[in-house]
Amino acid sequence: MTGSWDELYRENILEHYKHPRCQGTLDDATGTYEDANPLCGDRIRMDFKITDGRIEKVRFSGTGCSISQASASMLCEAVEGRTLEEVRAMGREQVLEMIGIDLGPVRLKCALLALKTLKAGIYGLAQWPGEEEGEEGG
Amino acid sequence: MSSPTGTRGAATAAPAGFDAKAVRARYPMFRERGDSLVYLDSAATSQKPDRVLEAMDRYYREINANIHRGVYRIAEEATAAYEDARRKVARFVGVTPRELIFTRNSTEAINLVSNAWGRANVRSGDAIVLTVMEHHSNLVPWQMLAEATGAELRFIPLTPAGELDLSALPGLLADGRVKLVGVVHVSNVLGTVNPVAEIATQAHAAGALMLVDASQSVPHLPVDAKALGADFLAFTAHKMLGPTGIGALYGRRELLEAMPPFLGGGEMIREVKLTGSKWNELPWKFEAGTMAIAEAVGFGAAVDELNELGMANVWAHDRALAAIGYERLAEVPGLRILGPGADRRGGVLAFTLEGVHPHDVAAILDRTGVCVRAGHHCAMPLHDALGVPASVRASFHCYSLEHEIDALVAGLHETRKVFAR
Repeated sequence: MTGSWDELYRENILEHYKHPRCQGTLDDATGTYEDANPLCGDRIRMDFKITDGRIEKVRFSGTGCSISQASASMLCEAVEGRTLEEVRAMGREQVLEMIGIDLGPVRLKCALLALKTLKAGIYGLAQWPGEEEGEEGG
Repeated sequence: MSSPTGTRGAATAAPAGFDAKAVRARYPMFRERGDSLVYLDSAATSQKPDRVLEAMDRYYREINANIHRGVYRIAEEATAAYEDARRKVARFVGVTPRELIFTRNSTEAINLVSNAWGRANVRSGDAIVLTVMEHHSNLVPWQMLAEATGAELRFIPLTPAGELDLSALPGLLADGRVKLVGVVHVSNVLGTVNPVAEIATQAHAAGALMLVDASQSVPHLPVDAKALGADFLAFTAHKMLGPTGIGALYGRRELLEAMPPFLGGGEMIREVKLTGSKWNELPWKFEAGTMAIAEAVGFGAAVDELNELGMANVWAHDRALAAIGYERLAEVPGLRILGPGADRRGGVLAFTLEGVHPHDVAAILDRTGVCVRAGHHCAMPLHDALGVPASVRASFHCYSLEHEIDALVAGLHETRKVFAR
């Protein structure tokens, strides 16, 4: 046991889970991609619109636990307006920093699913964030 | 032996003379962790009593040798221990040792049938009947066979109460093309006890064989493979107090005799020439390579333990806890129990909690020291049919105690509080 649930379920996670930002789909998406975590069935779809090398708009939809849904919400909020280079450089560390908690290997995948899905959709990267450049995987 | 349908009827009282507290004291996991371990995931794997651990330890320390080969004394002792385990496991489900093949687990047992029997007997245009509540282990092997042969898969649907809708079965069997019916005896999600004998009678009348996935029944209730009408019966040691890495397949002797081997290699042959071989006799024809000997010995010890407890007692204890759990969980606001009523299920309770994803429920319960499973429990089509992406599952065994249900319910109230913030 690594602590109480207060630590795991910080206010910001529950807040994003209950009031997700950027939830939905885009009619004018330039790309869309869906992925799932076969271990637990979490499913995320990312619709994004890229204009002039930037993510102009991004929306997520899907089902899953609070960690997967809240991290999708936070990620979408964080990447809107960013350049493709900036988003490509994002990895596990940035996601963990965003959600502000430390996670075991199973829940880590819940947190990383949104970024994995987005990167697969934009860059065709199939790996889990953190596994692409010789970093230790989740 | 009780009949498979004779297991219904309310059982809210624990069996007289069955002391689950004393039973629990035989488990190092519980002795060492005391009340801090609330283990409600026995449907995934059971805990292991001293007897099993000691039997395996003794095997390695005292008689470790490869079986069926050496003529020296410890090799003979090891062989005797392995074959003695087979006799115990076979007797436990009412079959002869010759018909009892050791496998790695239930999944491998079913793959043995779908490969060795399936490839020899199933052709394009044939059909296999399964049910919507199968564990992936009794679904995916048949999908692979269907893919390879062009056979068709058909499914017995669910009633709204989470039981098999047997009114559909005659229609599924009507065209006489069904070669095999495969049914889970007790659902690992819903706890539903399926009327296997009744299904087997219909399957046989239609010229089909009957395969029973007994992974969740042999560990918990008296099972007689022949009384169930099973032509094949698969189960696994680790859910019945035994070790991982060993399971069993019962197959009717004529069927096993006629089947080609599953895996080729050492032990499964009688005579090998460079260009061909003759197969060994049953059951060794299906046991290629060095088997999990210590695990087989542990499997035998697990059967000894269950026999000592009495399977009727184990079943009554499971069902008493399921009835108590059913009642207590129903008091938690927003909680929906999946599957049939308490009087029609084994010691498994799967549920959803409104507004909270099952993983979050399990994560918060873990923080309170309660181990439950969250997810689809290797039954994704069943969850699709129930209209939920995942569920939380609490499951019991002979060592489970009522205070564990209290801890579960308290943890669920905490979970609701966290998500109500």
